[in-house]
Amino acid sequence: MISAIIIIGTLAAILGLLLGFAAIQFKVEGDPLAEKIDKLLPQTQCGQCTFPGCRPYAEAIAKGEANINQCPPGGEDTMKAIAELLGVEPQPLGEEHAANPIPLVAIIDESTCIGCTLCIKACPVDAIVGASKLMHTVIESECTGCKLCLPPCPVDCITMEPQSVEPSTWKWPYPVYELHPAPANPTQEQAA
Amino acid sequence: MKKIWSLPAGLKLTDYRKTMSTGQSTQAIIPQVGERLLIPLVQHSGDKPHLEVTVGQYVNKGQVLAKPQSRISAGVHASTSGTIIAIEPHLIAHSSGLPDLCVVLEADGLDNWGSTRLPALDYQHTEISTLVQRVRDCGVVGLGGAVFPTDVKLNVRQPVPTLILNGAECEPYITCDDRLMREQAEEIIAGAQIILHMVQSNSCLIGIEDNKPEAITVMQQTLTATNDPRIEIVTIPTIYPSGGKKQITYILTGKEVPSSGRSSDAGAMCVNVGTARAVYRAVNLGEPLINRYVTVSGEAIKQAGNFEVPFGLPMQRLIDAAQGATIPNPLLTMGGSMMPLPLASTAIPVVKATNCILIRPQPTPERVMPCIRCGRCAEVCPVSLLPQQMYWHARAKEFDQVEKYHVFDCIECGCCSYVCPSHIPLVDYYRFAKDEINNQRDMRQKAEIARERHEFRQERLDRAQREKAEKLAKHKTALKDKEASGESTPEQDAKKAAIQAALERAKAKKAQQAQTETSTSDANSASTEGKA
Repeated sequence: MISAIIIIGTLAAILGLLLGFAAIQFKVEGDPLAEKIDKLLPQTQCGQCTFPGCRPYAEAIAKGEANINQCPPGGEDTMKAIAELLGVEPQPLGEEHAANPIPLVAIIDESTCIGCTLCIKACPVDAIVGASKLMHTVIESECTGCKLCLPPCPVDCITMEPQSVEPSTWKWPYPVYELHPAPANPTQEQAA
Repeated sequence: MKKIWSLPAGLKLTDYRKTMSTGQSTQAIIPQVGERLLIPLVQHSGDKPHLEVTVGQYVNKGQVLAKPQSRISAGVHASTSGTIIAIEPHLIAHSSGLPDLCVVLEADGLDNWGSTRLPALDYQHTEISTLVQRVRDCGVVGLGGAVFPTDVKLNVRQPVPTLILNGAECEPYITCDDRLMREQAEEIIAGAQIILHMVQSNSCLIGIEDNKPEAITVMQQTLTATNDPRIEIVTIPTIYPSGGKKQITYILTGKEVPSSGRSSDAGAMCVNVGTARAVYRAVNLGEPLINRYVTVSGEAIKQAGNFEVPFGLPMQRLIDAAQGATIPNPLLTMGGSMMPLPLASTAIPVVKATNCILIRPQPTPERVMPCIRCGRCAEVCPVSLLPQQMYWHARAKEFDQVEKYHVFDCIECGCCSYVCPSHIPLVDYYRFAKDEINNQRDMRQKAEIARERHEFRQERLDRAQREKAEKLAKHKTALKDKEASGESTPEQDAKKAAIQAALERAKAKKAQQAQTETSTSDANSASTEGKA
């Protein structure tokens, strides 16, 4: 009886010490959940979720301070993916958030641009190149379509356009056709 | 007699309609004076090549129009001699129906090679890497349909046990490989020998379906004359789709290509007979790939047949060569009837992938009905997939599930859609699912890059701010130190002394000025007083 208590007690003490040591030694830096949520977000850094960028929004979701349906560029797919990750019910997107957003790209009208560099400072991914009093242009492949460069432009020379589709980037569309009920019998079908 | 294996499934079609176009020998079409050729820059699967010509330039036949820049890419050459009058987008043969960049070449009718032919190579006494480079320089791509750059394929790291020459041509209507084997057997076998040398192989199997007895006879005769014991012609049963590269590999070697693997994983390399001929012409004649055999067939064409067509000629030219369509507004498609690619216009040019064009009456649209889960699609699938499951999941956009059912192993042969009693366009769903999955992957990759760029920018801004703050702080402390110590350098002393001296001088000047002023005013007042 006593020996059993001693053995169990010693074991508990050793394991407790081990666990305590592990908790200090192998402490995870940062929030792994926020990291995972951040991976699902589209990284446009547009701030439309009311947070300054994708990472802060992911952290807010992880802390339970934000809803999962606040990401318009991610659309329904992103919302569903986050819902699945967190094991919560999917939430409907707001009316202003399109279900299937079209990827956009910013285009600078180079003849109107005055070279003020304000858009360069606004771009979250450094996708605009140019210098003071010289024409600016957008590196299309890096543009996330966040629209953050639109408000600072003093001459409104930036427009958002759908990404250009070439045969090499074209996607096969979802098959759409009219589905007919099977005819009750072939003779009827022929008469119709 | 070599043992052959039979496919797990497939279709035994009743009517192949091949005899329509096999009757007469192949006619070569030569561009006439003033005729416009639209030569698309991308005629292969892979990256865009780099344009090497400008508008207004005169080019000889076979001259390079675009050069490959990256590894998986292929060059494009002028199909005839003439002047480049434009480089602009035109409609091309693509499922998207979108235009792509084409070189518009106005033929001068001379069809003049000039000196563009590369020097002939004796393959047995040439480095393999030189041969691979030659194949690349000549823009040779797989002519079976996938148009994958051949140089990438032939650039092997280890010897290939079995080379397979694909002469199956399993799709209905198409007879271009049949005619090619009958007419160019020497060149095909010479090409096979070159490829055997390049991939260091000792065994070549030429698979031909048993519905092409004439081709088999001619090839056998040529092979006997060549007397090369490494090459063997194997007659395989006519079953669709035995011409798929994984399918013919299995039929001839009994080895299955693993899921999402390549033929080389099964110890084989599969090359189309047309590609073998193109390799021969590239190496032995130094000619780039600028034309190919094309079948023109269908119920609505007057005189079906085969033509050797330079790339870039519009489809209309082929229809005219076949004496025109018999009905107004026929359905124009590229490829066989099992995997047809609809073409919106007869102005679309012939490209490296064009094996056949079909001119048929417009079909009555099939009424699509709900899936009744009959399972016939699964019975015919030559890859042993479950088409029905993939259909349901693709329809519901459950892409992870579609992927679990190995949609990427689907060869899009169309057997499932063909037998579906509800006429569901099953293959369209698989294509949609594949593109969507690939797109999502690309988007994730793009998001990852955007995240990195954003984080880097954030770091850069933070660093700039920190550095600025540090600089300011340093400046402030330096100033404070100086004030506290009260010491001054000799330079500053000199400066101070100079300032002091200047101040003194100014003071002295002022004083002097004031003095003279008072003295003159005194004198003035004295004089006025005197007058008074």
